[in-house]
Amino acid sequence: MKILIVDDFSTMRRIIKNLLRDLGFTNTSEADDGATALPMLQNGNFDFLVTDWNMPGMTGIDLLKAVRADERLKALPVLMVTAEAKRDQIIEAAQAGVNGYVVKPFTAQVLKEKIDKIFVRVGS
Amino acid sequence: MVQNEDSMVDFEAKLKFHAQHLIDSLEQGRFGEAVETIQRINQTRDQGLYLEVGRLTRQLHSAIVKLEMDACEEHGDTSQITDATDRLSYVVDMTEKAANRTMDLVEECGPLVNYLSYEAQSLSDDWQKFMHREMTAEQFRDLTKRIDIFLGRSLENSNKLSDNLSNILLAQDFQDLTGQVIKRVTQLISEVEGSLLELVLMASKVNQFAGIQHDHDELRAEHLNNNAKDPSKGEGPQMRADTREDVVSGQDDVDDLLSSLGF
Repeated sequence: MKILIVDDFSTMRRIIKNLLRDLGFTNTSEADDGATALPMLQNGNFDFLVTDWNMPGMTGIDLLKAVRADERLKALPVLMVTAEAKRDQIIEAAQAGVNGYVVKPFTAQVLKEKIDKIFVRVGS
Repeated sequence: MVQNEDSMVDFEAKLKFHAQHLIDSLEQGRFGEAVETIQRINQTRDQGLYLEVGRLTRQLHSAIVKLEMDACEEHGDTSQITDATDRLSYVVDMTEKAANRTMDLVEECGPLVNYLSYEAQSLSDDWQKFMHREMTAEQFRDLTKRIDIFLGRSLENSNKLSDNLSNILLAQDFQDLTGQVIKRVTQLISEVEGSLLELVLMASKVNQFAGIQHDHDELRAEHLNNNAKDPSKGEGPQMRADTREDVVSGQDDVDDLLSSLGF
């Protein structure tokens, strides 16, 4: 499974990349902003998107909306991993079609649970 | 501040005096005098106004000098604000470097530990065979060689792990350095806030003389309206989630909220 990790902080991208590797997902790519992520998604055959909310160019919520509005990308599973914790925002993300919402700081366990929920695992 | 109060008292006293004189002149039909008095009232007010505006601009200049913004205009140096911005960038850099260094060290430890546990498990299985007398002499000789190698590697790996743990501890030194920098910036912000408050007080005196009133509720509403226009701008990490109704306090809260809405 090919995964795109999007966050403007490189340390967070590294942490998520490592956690995904521990879960067995080794095919990961990174982007530091929604604006650079969108073309990557459009050209790249990604199976899963993990994105932050706050980014200087294009925010995660705008990236999510752009993905859902794109004919070829609209079914792409999206997990938001973010420090944004306002109820209104969580609802907005859910209504925009996010598949999972993880608030920072988070544990490896939580990340695994949300990913498992999105992709029903057959075997292990 | 005492000067200001004196000037207000002075101004009020003068106003009262002239106002009384004005009423007297009007009651006695001395309209020429009345008009003169009105002029004098205006002059008194203008003088008061100029005085307060002068105080305000003086305070503003004082703040600019305090924050060294004037010297920077002239000599192209960095102002305190620019310095503070640089310092905070330094904090971001330092914490990023420390995080990456720590992660590098942790990633190095993984394989070392994996070898120890994998090989220990394998040797343990064989050792059980030996304990149950299920081993040939030759197999036992192999086993002793493997144990020999294992002991050597264990020692090596343990030392490396120990070193790495030590270095991970040291990599946390960023907290002290960044903490110091942040404290300085916090102090600068407090000073700026203090200067602003003084300016606001001065300005309110000017407003009193000029008869201007600013509606803070209206300003606040305008500000909120501008913010509401861009809801996709987040607020960043929440400091006091437990004191706010509109913020969740953790992953469980998020999950509850989403499932209660059918997501």
